[in-house]
Amino acid sequence: MNFAVLQFPASNCDQDAIHALRDVLGHPARYVWHKETSLGDADAVIVPGGFSYGDYLRCGAIARFSPVMQAVKQFADNGGLVLGICNGFQVLTEAGLLPGALVRNRDLQFHCEHIFLKTVTPDSPFTSKIPAGKLLKIPIAHGEGCYFADESTLVAFKANNQILWQYCSATGDVTEGANPNGSLLNIAGICNQRRNVAGLMPHPERASESLLGSDDGRWIFESMIAALQNKTVAQAA
Amino acid sequence: MKAKIIITPKKAVVDPQGKTVRSALEQMGHQGIKAVHVGKYLEIELDGTDKEIARKTLDEACHRFLSNPLIEDYKLEIE
Repeated sequence: MNFAVLQFPASNCDQDAIHALRDVLGHPARYVWHKETSLGDADAVIVPGGFSYGDYLRCGAIARFSPVMQAVKQFADNGGLVLGICNGFQVLTEAGLLPGALVRNRDLQFHCEHIFLKTVTPDSPFTSKIPAGKLLKIPIAHGEGCYFADESTLVAFKANNQILWQYCSATGDVTEGANPNGSLLNIAGICNQRRNVAGLMPHPERASESLLGSDDGRWIFESMIAALQNKTVAQAA
Repeated sequence: MKAKIIITPKKAVVDPQGKTVRSALEQMGHQGIKAVHVGKYLEIELDGTDKEIARKTLDEACHRFLSNPLIEDYKLEIE
């Protein structure tokens, strides 16, 4: 499967994403510069973490207008898989590809630590391969990861099963104490209604091999790969 | 012409900066502070003299780019 990893000025998790996809998972992955207007033959797009355009104005506000994001919108509109990680999640919300917004952490601190994620539903191309009941130990590194959405959006999330991951304790309890940033409903990651675009604040690419202390993040990429392979098989048949 | 834009967090959005500044002000002995809201201030220098055209253009820019209507309110003044 061909992955495209976007690069904005001040993206800084792009190389980690390429390493996880190419070297660890063995799939072709290439950088796509923010000024490019085409995603080429990409089967899936990763919008990586970092501080695109210096996080000036608001996180993701400027990246959203870059030429490559117009191609990503079209790709998503055609049903292509798009995953935004950390700053990438912020970019996707600013672009209107995902609902809600990420605001300043409740305690104003930048959090850089391992947290636990509970997968809320296996029903998505981003979660289908995660073993049932498996908690994901994945690092976060953000100052503005407090998820906010209005009440009607949160109601729609529940009705459509759009919350993919929630922050939880080491024993899997979704508690206020396990919420590192004040996100509503402990939301760490969501998908759109069509389920082809997802975003999360934690960094699965930084937890893709045991050498790094956890390889739980692999399950998310493995889910995407499985979804793409199934699609290819379906198309061929 | 000059445009002045003030962007503030919406009431429904938790504003930890505002809360922290309020608490600091209280600790410094300032009394009677009900709430503090920390936002952004933009000053934009403009060519031309037609305030109405400038207002229309910048209003759209505020809505689409300079503020995020989901979490922020803005006030636009042109002088």
